[in-house]
Amino acid sequence: MFENVDPAEIAQACIDTLVMLGASLALTVLIGIPLGVLLYLTDRRRPLARPWANLAVGTIVNVLRSVPFIILLIVMIPVTVLIVGTSLGVAGAIPPLVVGAAPFYARLVETSLREVDRGTVEATQAMGATTWQLVTRTLLPEARPGLIAGGTVTAIALVSFTAMAGVVGAGGLGDLAIRFGYQRFQTDVMLVTVLLLVVLVQALQWLGDMLVRRTTRR
Amino acid sequence: MIRFEGVSKRFAGTGGEALRAIDLDVAAGEIFGVIGASGAGKSTLVRLVNALERPTSGRVLVDGVDVAALDAAGLRGLRRKVGMIFQSFGLHSSLTVADNVGLPLRLAGREARERQERVAVLIDRVGLAVHEAKYPAQLSGGQKQRVGIARALATGPSILLCDEPTSALDPETTRSVLRLLRELNRELGLTIMLITHEMEVVREVCDRVAVIDGGTVVEMGAAADIFLDGQHPATRRLISEAGEGAPAVAPEGMALVRLTRRGAGSAAPIDGAEVLEGRIGRIGGESYSDLVLAVQPSEVERLSSLGRADRI
Repeated sequence: MFENVDPAEIAQACIDTLVMLGASLALTVLIGIPLGVLLYLTDRRRPLARPWANLAVGTIVNVLRSVPFIILLIVMIPVTVLIVGTSLGVAGAIPPLVVGAAPFYARLVETSLREVDRGTVEATQAMGATTWQLVTRTLLPEARPGLIAGGTVTAIALVSFTAMAGVVGAGGLGDLAIRFGYQRFQTDVMLVTVLLLVVLVQALQWLGDMLVRRTTRR
Repeated sequence: MIRFEGVSKRFAGTGGEALRAIDLDVAAGEIFGVIGASGAGKSTLVRLVNALERPTSGRVLVDGVDVAALDAAGLRGLRRKVGMIFQSFGLHSSLTVADNVGLPLRLAGREARERQERVAVLIDRVGLAVHEAKYPAQLSGGQKQRVGIARALATGPSILLCDEPTSALDPETTRSVLRLLRELNRELGLTIMLITHEMEVVREVCDRVAVIDGGTVVEMGAAADIFLDGQHPATRRLISEAGEGAPAVAPEGMALVRLTRRGAGSAAPIDGAEVLEGRIGRIGGESYSDLVLAVQPSEVERLSSLGRADRI
């Protein structure tokens, strides 16, 4: 039992997965929040209503969201090489992970912003707020629990994306599961990696739920 | 102070006009009520004053300045001179009472110390001093509206717009909030434009009132005149809604009459009449009585000499 499991290799795979997850989640939030705010603000009857811009951004977001991640990984290779200089390893996985997850998170951000009380938005406008102040003082703070809950969902989606990124040699737990667990029939390796992924997902969900509870004042 | 000149408003896609040829004048220091059934266009009307809505035609003047002609900076300046409170309060659930009240000052870029001093005064004035560290979710409806009022006054406005300020509140809380508005009106010389669908609110605080129906002003005048002697069917409808409970039923062979009397002797007894329901009180400093009576059909004529008598 577990004769194929090499602790050093498992540890390295864990680190790779966590680095990929951390870096791509940070970039996804950094891109997803402005993108979600843009989708919200340019919608009809919103402060920066621009129907055509809204349609254009919305379409790009939807197109990116409809490409299966495994395809995106391969299509993105030239772009990835251009950005990080390689399409391999942890660094090579991050651009496709971000491109896959940011549009998804942007939609979750947009949905959270829409749920901010209309009266609170109107009250802020009636105080003479600029659009920037409306975003930073009302929309984002009031939507914070929703933004965190959306971030949790996105982080968990990214965990399964990182596992897929193993296909293009990204490293990490998914890579280990595919190369050893699947291709070499090492069931024990498969078991351990999947178990570690389960623990990771549980931890993320617990952390997200705790943060949502702490920021909710309703 | 606030002037509407031939203002119409049409919303794209809905066809009809929400507001049609509105002419109104709100004088400095008065409490001006706008009453109408829901969907009459009164919320749109009040939002034209601080340019949350733009008129399709006509002009809205605040202190002589055409609101539609203001640039972005001018509009922000106007909105600091015009406070607003809402039916649903519009408070920030993520901020404490003190931070909610201080938000307009923060948006205006005031120093932290100046903010703290001003917020303390305002919170104390609306009677929430012990609640300043609480979040809105921990407050009652009446307390939330007090926070809304304190917040609306933070930048020292000369005008306060009230959009159905008491519609989410119970009658007792409604009275205390209206009393506060009346006090602020007197202490600060605040001009108040108040939207409501309840005649009771008009009766409690308004100096003058405009009745709005189908997007247009159908009747306007002193609150007492409109409440006691309103002529337009829409006004009569709003007044009769102010009565309590089920409509009175006339006893066999008797006629049902609504008798409204004003001034001295308005509460004098009436021979041969049975009082079924009614109210005796004061409105705008004038005493009045508004009674539903059952009388012999032959007596109806005689009641007309006492005041305004309508068979119902």
